Amino acid sequence: MKKEFSQNLGFFGLFLCMVTTLLVLGSIIYFIAVRGFGVLNWNFLTQVPYSAMTKGGIAPVIVGTFYITLGAIIFALPLGLACAIYLCEYSPKSIVVNIIRISINNLAGVPSVVFGLFGLAVFVKFFGFGVSILSGSLTLGILALPMIISSAQEALLAVPQSIREASLSLGATKWETIKNIVLPTALPGILTGVILSIGRVAGETAPILFTAAAFYTRGYPKSIFSEVMALPYHIYALMTEGAHPDRQRAIAYGCSLVLLFLVLFISGFAIFLRQRQRSLNG
Amino acid sequence: MDNQIKMQAKNVDFFYGKNQALINVNLDVYANKVTAMIGPSGCGKSTFIRLFNRMNELIMHTTLKGKILLDGLDINSPLVDAVDVRRRVGMVFQKPNPFPKTIFENIKYGLKVNGIKDKAFIEQKVEDSLRKAVIWDEVKDRLNDSALKLSGGQQQRLCIARCLAVETEVILFDEPCASLDPISTAKIEELILELKKDYAIVIVTHNMQQAARVSDYTGFFLLGELIEFGKTTDIFTAPQDKKTEAYITGRFG
Repeated sequence: MKKEFSQNLGFFGLFLCMVTTLLVLGSIIYFIAVRGFGVLNWNFLTQVPYSAMTKGGIAPVIVGTFYITLGAIIFALPLGLACAIYLCEYSPKSIVVNIIRISINNLAGVPSVVFGLFGLAVFVKFFGFGVSILSGSLTLGILALPMIISSAQEALLAVPQSIREASLSLGATKWETIKNIVLPTALPGILTGVILSIGRVAGETAPILFTAAAFYTRGYPKSIFSEVMALPYHIYALMTEGAHPDRQRAIAYGCSLVLLFLVLFISGFAIFLRQRQRSLNG
Repeated sequence: MDNQIKMQAKNVDFFYGKNQALINVNLDVYANKVTAMIGPSGCGKSTFIRLFNRMNELIMHTTLKGKILLDGLDINSPLVDAVDVRRRVGMVFQKPNPFPKTIFENIKYGLKVNGIKDKAFIEQKVEDSLRKAVIWDEVKDRLNDSALKLSGGQQQRLCIARCLAVETEVILFDEPCASLDPISTAKIEELILELKKDYAIVIVTHNMQQAARVSDYTGFFLLGELIEFGKTTDIFTAPQDKKTEAYITGRFG
C-alpha cells in the first residue's frame, strides 16, 4: 500500500513537470499567435513591403529565409553525412579520431555570433562572396554541421552489427553494405538530426547578421549573390529600428508566427520522409 | 565411401588481443556432409566457424596463425579477396538477422551485390530459394511485407533462403536454432539434411542431440582445443577421449 502511494506520487511529479513544460510552450505559441494573427492575411504572405515596412507583406522575407535555410542544409547534409560515415565506418579507432569526435561535439557549443564573424571573414571577405545568400547559407551550414554529424554518427552506430555481418556474408563489399543496408536503416535517425538543424538554422539571427541579411531590399533576391531579407533578422530590425514602432511591432509578431509555420513546414517534410522509412524498417 | 575434402583447417591458432581462443586446431570439412562442432560455451567453436568465411577479421586486434583452405586454396592469402570467399562460403547466424527490408528484397539483395540484374531471373531465384528453405508457402502472398514481421523461425528460414540464393558451396550455421522453439528447430534440422545433397555444411550447436541428429562428423571443442574429431556415430557411441565421454554423457558443460 505504502509502496503504491510513493509510486503514484512519483508519477504525479513527472506529470506535473510535463504539464509545466507544455504550459510554457503553449503560452509562447499563444502570445505570438494572439499578437501576430491580426496582421496575417493573404497579402501579408504574398506581397512585397512598402511605406517603410509598415504596409504590404513580407513575401521576400519568407523567400529569403527559405533560400538560406535550404542552402545551408544542401551544403551541410552531404558533407556532414560523409564525415559521419568516415568517422563511424572507415576511420581506425585511434586517439586522433577520438579527439576529432570530441572537437566536433564541442563545435556545437560555439556561440552562433562567432560563426557569424567567421563567415564574414572567410566567405564575405576572403572568398569575396559578399553579403549574400551564398555566404549566409555556408555560414549557417557550418553551424549545422556538428549537429548533423553527431546525430548521423549516433544513427550509424545504432545499426546492429548483425545485419552488417549478414550483408558481408552474402559477398557484399563494405561500401555496398553501407550504401544498401546501413544508410537506409540509419536514415530515420539521420533525418531527426536534419529536422533539429532546420529548426535551429531557420531561426538563427547572429550568423546571418554580417553575412546575408539586409534590413530592406527591393523585391526578391535575384541570385545566390544577392543580399536578402530573412525572418529572424527582420523581426529584430522591426523591433529596434524604424519610425513607427507600434505598427512595426504587430508585423514583427506576424513574422514570428510565419517563422514558426515555415520551420514546421520544412520539418514536416523531413518527418514525412522519416515516417515512411520507419514503416519500411518495420 | 569416398569423402571429398571441401575445407580444411591446418594448425590454426587464433588470438583475441593476447588471449588465445584456438590452439592448434586441425579439421576437415567434407563435401555433401554435415560437420557439427560441439562443446561448452566459450570453447571457441563459434570463433572457429567464423574463420571459414573470414568473419573474424571484422573484429579488431585479432590474429590468425595457420591456414584455412577452400578446395586447397588458402583463403587468407593476400591474393584472395574476402568478398570472393564469402560468395562461396555462406553463413546463417545465431540470431535471425533479416535486413529491415521486404521479404523479396532480402533475397534479391545477395543477387544484386553479385551483379545479377535480370528481373525475371531474380524473381525465379527468389521463389526457388524460398521453396528450398521451405518457407515459400508461408510467405508467397506477402513478399512485399517487411521481413521483420515474420516469426523468429520464419526469419531464420528466410536467412537460409537468402544464403541459398547466392549459390554458395559451403554453408556455415552458427547455432542456428539457439533462439527458436522446438517446432522451428525441427524444420531447420530437416532442411539441413536436405541441403547437404548440394552443400558442405558446418554447424555449431549447443545441443548434443541436434548434433547427433543432423551431423555426419562431429568435433568436440574444449577451452580452444579440438579434443576429438570423427564420425558422429563413433563420437557418440565410442568416444576415444575421456573428456569427450564426460561431456556427451552430460557430466559437465
